[in-house]
Amino acid sequence: MNKENYSKYIIRLADDALILGQRLSEWCGHGPVLEEDIALANISLDYIGQATNLFKHAAESDDLGRDEDGLALTRMESEYNNALLMELPNGDYAFTIARQYYYTSFYLLFLERLKQSSDSFLAGFAEKSIKEVRYHVQHAGDWMRRMGDGTEESHTRIQEALNQLWPYLGELFEMDDVERATVEEGYGVDRSLLLDVWKMKLSDLLSEATLTQPESAWHHTGGRHGRHTEQMGFLLAEMQFLQRAYPGAKW
Amino acid sequence: MWTVLRIWDLMREVRDPEIPALNVVEMGIVRDVVHHDSSWHIIITPTYSGCPAMKTIEDDIASVLSNNGIGNFRISTVLSPAWTTDWMTDEAREKLRLEGIAPPQKGSADKGLLMGRVRDVKCPRCGSHSTVMISQFGSTACKSLYRCESCAEPFDYFKCI
Repeated sequence: MNKENYSKYIIRLADDALILGQRLSEWCGHGPVLEEDIALANISLDYIGQATNLFKHAAESDDLGRDEDGLALTRMESEYNNALLMELPNGDYAFTIARQYYYTSFYLLFLERLKQSSDSFLAGFAEKSIKEVRYHVQHAGDWMRRMGDGTEESHTRIQEALNQLWPYLGELFEMDDVERATVEEGYGVDRSLLLDVWKMKLSDLLSEATLTQPESAWHHTGGRHGRHTEQMGFLLAEMQFLQRAYPGAKW
Repeated sequence: MWTVLRIWDLMREVRDPEIPALNVVEMGIVRDVVHHDSSWHIIITPTYSGCPAMKTIEDDIASVLSNNGIGNFRISTVLSPAWTTDWMTDEAREKLRLEGIAPPQKGSADKGLLMGRVRDVKCPRCGSHSTVMISQFGSTACKSLYRCESCAEPFDYFKCI
C-alpha cells in the first residue's frame, strides 16, 4: 500500500468531518428553537468525534509529526483538504439544512461503500459512522419537507439555499490521482459512481418537499488541494485560536 | 491474585458518567479484558463517535485499576464491531426505566422508524403507549426527547443504534 496516499485519504475524510462539525457547532446557543439548537450540537459532536477517530488513526499509522490535536488545530490553511462545501458560512437555517441534506445524503451512500473497504480501520470507521449519519439524514430530510412544503417564505428560502449550494456539490464526486489510487488498491470508494443513485434519492425527496432540483453543470473545486474560499481563514482563526495562543495547551 | 473475572468485577465499579445508574460493563462499553505478559489490556468502544464521556471513562478505569494496586495495564479504544443498544441486558434496560429513561427497543437500528414508520415508545413513568417524539436529539447524543400524552411528563428515550 502507498502510505502517502493512504494518509492523504484519511486526512481528506477527517477534514470534511472536522470543518462541517466546526460550522455546525457555531449554531450552539443560536438555534431557531431549543430542540434544534440541541440537535445541531449533537450532530456537530458526531462529526468532531468522527474526525478525531480519523486523525488519531492517521497519526498512528504514518509519521506525520503531529498527534490528532496537532493535525486538527495547527495546520496551515493550505494543508486542509476538506471540500469547499463544508467551510461555507452557515447562512440562515434553510441554508444550513440544505447543506446538511445535500451532504449527509451523499455521505451515507459513501459510507455504505466504504464499509466494504479492504482496510479494516476504514471499514470499521464506516460501520460506526453509518449509525450516526442515518439520523442526520432523517433530521435534515424532515426539515427539507417542512420548509419546502411550508409557507411561501420558507419555500423560497430553502429553494434559494439549494440553488446557491448546488455548484459546491460536484467536488464531492470528484476523482483525482489520490482517490483513483485508493480505489485501485481496494480500500477507497469511487465517488463518481455514487452520483446517479444520489441524484435519484434527491429527486424523490425534492418532489415530496415540492422543491426543484437546481441545474448547473459547472462546479467549484480546489478544497482537496488546499485551495479554499476566503471564508476558510476566518473559520480557522476561531477554531485554532487556543492552540495558537497557548501552544500545546491541554485540559 | 487478579484473574480476568476479578478485573471484570472491577470494571463494574466504573459508572457511566452520563447515566450513573449503569456501569460501563452493563453499557457494553468494556468489550474485553485480556491478560498478556503480566500486563492487563482493557478494550473499550464508544457509544457514539463523539461521546464526550469516553475520556472520563478511560480515566475512571485507569484510577480503579491503580487504586487496586494494578500498575501494569493499558486501555485501548476500538470502533469495530460498532456499539449497539442490542448489547444492553434486560437488567440494564430496567435500570434505565427506573431512572426515568425509556430503554431502547430491541432488534436494533430502529429500522421501521428510518423507513418512516412511527415507533412505539412506552412512558417510563406511567407506562402509557400514548407518547410523542419532540426531537430526535436529546440531552445527550444517545437520547431522543419524548413527551407522554397521558401523564404529560417529558422524558428521554435511549435511541437504538
